[in-house]
Amino acid sequence: MSTEPTKLAFNDGWQYAPARESTDHFSIAAQHELFINGEFIAPESGRYFETINPATEEIISSVALASAADVDRAVKAARKAYKGAWSKMSGADRGKYIFRIARILQERAREFATIESMDGGKPIRESRDIDIPLAAAHFFYNAGWADKLEYAFPGRRPKSLGVAGQVIPWNFPLLMAAWKIAPALACGNTVVLKPAETTPLTALKLAEVILEAGLPPGVVNIVTGAGETGAAIVNHPDVDKVAFTGSTEVGRIIQRSLAGTGKKYTLELGGKAANIIFADAAIDQAVEGIVNGIFFNQGHVCCAGSRLFVQESVADEVIRKLKDRMETLIVGDPLDKNTDIGAINSAAQLETIQSYLKIGQEEGAEMYQSSCRLPDRGYWCRPTIFTGASQSNRIVQEEIFGPVLAIQTFRTLEEGLTKANNTPYGLSGGVWTDKGSKIFKMTRKIRAGVIWANTFNKFDPTSPFGGYKESGVGREGGLHGLDAYLKLEV
Amino acid sequence: MAGSGTRVPVIKTYKIYIDGKFPRTESGRSIALEDSDNAVIANVCRGSRKDFRNAVVAARKAFDPWSDTSAYLRGQILYRIAEMLEGRREQFVAELTLQGVSRRMAKKEVDASIDRLIYYAGWSDKYQQIFSAVNPVSSSHFNFSVLEPTGVVSILAPNESSLLGLVSNVAPVIVGGNTCVVLASEKSPLCAVSFAEVLHASDVPGGVVNILTGYREELTGQFASHMDVNAIVYCDGGSDVAKSVQEKAAENIKRVISRVDEDWSVDAAQSPYLIKQTQETKTTWHPIGS
Repeated sequence: MSTEPTKLAFNDGWQYAPARESTDHFSIAAQHELFINGEFIAPESGRYFETINPATEEIISSVALASAADVDRAVKAARKAYKGAWSKMSGADRGKYIFRIARILQERAREFATIESMDGGKPIRESRDIDIPLAAAHFFYNAGWADKLEYAFPGRRPKSLGVAGQVIPWNFPLLMAAWKIAPALACGNTVVLKPAETTPLTALKLAEVILEAGLPPGVVNIVTGAGETGAAIVNHPDVDKVAFTGSTEVGRIIQRSLAGTGKKYTLELGGKAANIIFADAAIDQAVEGIVNGIFFNQGHVCCAGSRLFVQESVADEVIRKLKDRMETLIVGDPLDKNTDIGAINSAAQLETIQSYLKIGQEEGAEMYQSSCRLPDRGYWCRPTIFTGASQSNRIVQEEIFGPVLAIQTFRTLEEGLTKANNTPYGLSGGVWTDKGSKIFKMTRKIRAGVIWANTFNKFDPTSPFGGYKESGVGREGGLHGLDAYLKLEV
Repeated sequence: MAGSGTRVPVIKTYKIYIDGKFPRTESGRSIALEDSDNAVIANVCRGSRKDFRNAVVAARKAFDPWSDTSAYLRGQILYRIAEMLEGRREQFVAELTLQGVSRRMAKKEVDASIDRLIYYAGWSDKYQQIFSAVNPVSSSHFNFSVLEPTGVVSILAPNESSLLGLVSNVAPVIVGGNTCVVLASEKSPLCAVSFAEVLHASDVPGGVVNILTGYREELTGQFASHMDVNAIVYCDGGSDVAKSVQEKAAENIKRVISRVDEDWSVDAAQSPYLIKQTQETKTTWHPIGS
């Protein structure tokens, strides 16, 4: 009998014919305006920017660039809507409007999923099965809270804050909009939201849904632009609460700029999650968890399991199986239902990832990439792992935000734990073992806000999400996420 | 016995409290504290930034074991602090009156401080049950959220209400498993040092509470900016202080908790929501299956 372990060879005998999602059931306007006070209006400056499909490098649409004056108009509309209809409405009625949004999103789910994949590069399998249904679920979940808030905070009377200014990233465009808008509205606030400049389209489609749902004008306003537009929202004196998801670097600037203003804020920032595999784990399942942890959404995930710690005795086996599995991953057209890994979101992000690939090799870690074929046009990165990485390496300490995994080994539980916690971040973590007591020891001791045991990268509207340490302040989702949009009076 | 018959009293040296020990400030500096007649009551330590850094090291070292301590035991230790304070009521009343508080108000403040400790002692094994949740996720997973302590907390205790304000801010932080470094009231620092002695006699492990005396202006920046402090609580100052504290806190995304102008003497000044302010919500997922 051969001593060679059986190689996982999924591809032999499996050929995948292209299965492209159709794009003929909806249209995308050539130009998109700002959504202010229930109307689509041109930006004051008359300036527009282009949003491109990162899988083809083709321009999809041009999008209004909001200036500080436009943001001011949006905030004024939100304030007026807050003082007028929205804060006077009963919680039950507010809830019904939010339920409507959830329902319309479900009805138009395929259109949203397809546009999400075109604008952001993520595989249709993910936008169809995760992003869009979860976005609808966030509205559905929070809608039900609107008339039940007093049950969430014993001994306190919850009150809305006013106008919420929200700035979201490009990795889960519609889902992040839902995470932000749904609880804000349920808690009785009005909203000015800025989607990321590379992925504005589904947020603007959401504006259509909000119109269709008949929300009073100004309750939700969506302004598009880049960092300057975001800064105008954050620094607007009539914004009562700021919610930001993005990098720790920008989060720090925001926390600083809010100093002394008394504005309430939540920050969902970067991460460098440890995914820890013990020798007694179900190894094949753990390998799936590693793949899902780092290659989900091209690794453009703040809670990605980007640091892998494998117990030494199974390290060879885990890494071999991981490499075998990586060979099976299909990188390519985001609209193809077979695709596992789509396009990198932008040329700039691809450049960042590539600079880390160089840094990792210069630091002495060994790089391995799958051998898949990449499309000729568009922004792509093969699934990549680094073995032999050490704690001080930049690829271990810094968030790369791409399909790049840094692998280290450990011997004892304590060593694994110490290495896992040796980071300024604390967003998420993973642990794989078949021993229950070890799971609880690890999940208690990892200093992070979300811990997945024998699973990874799971999300749900009922489940609070947010970081320890430099990964942010506050929670989003679940009962705990309501706190961010309320003041609690005695 | 020889001499006049009047005993020469022994005057207490007020030192700082770091890692369960009472050192003098490493800087060797002191502040002459005067009463209303400009007579020197005590030479209290003028704590330095180095003292603060040492205290943070002690607090970080104490964090792991203290956060692992059972809720029941933490409750008993807080109760023990109250017991020790009760036994020393007269000393604290005397110190407060020496620093200008009327005897009647001093008695009220000491009593309220003891009661506040009892209040938080009772919360030690209950606040988790109030604030935790089992989350009904739609996939086949068991999912729950619990509170965990934020870590090392720096506290700029209120200048007024030098004992009750101190106790009201320290108790909710440590009952939740955090450790802390406290800057005592600048105006009336004596009770803080004596409170450290109470802590020392109450089975509070060294490093869980560290207390410095000194100048606000000199130390506030360091309390806000230190990279190994996870949260800052401040109780005094106008918008300029608030601005400066949060700007510096942003360096490592500290949690910033403002408790400016609170009236610590009222019942509304105590609440499990104060405990929650220095807690993190941790959510754990596990598949349900075979």
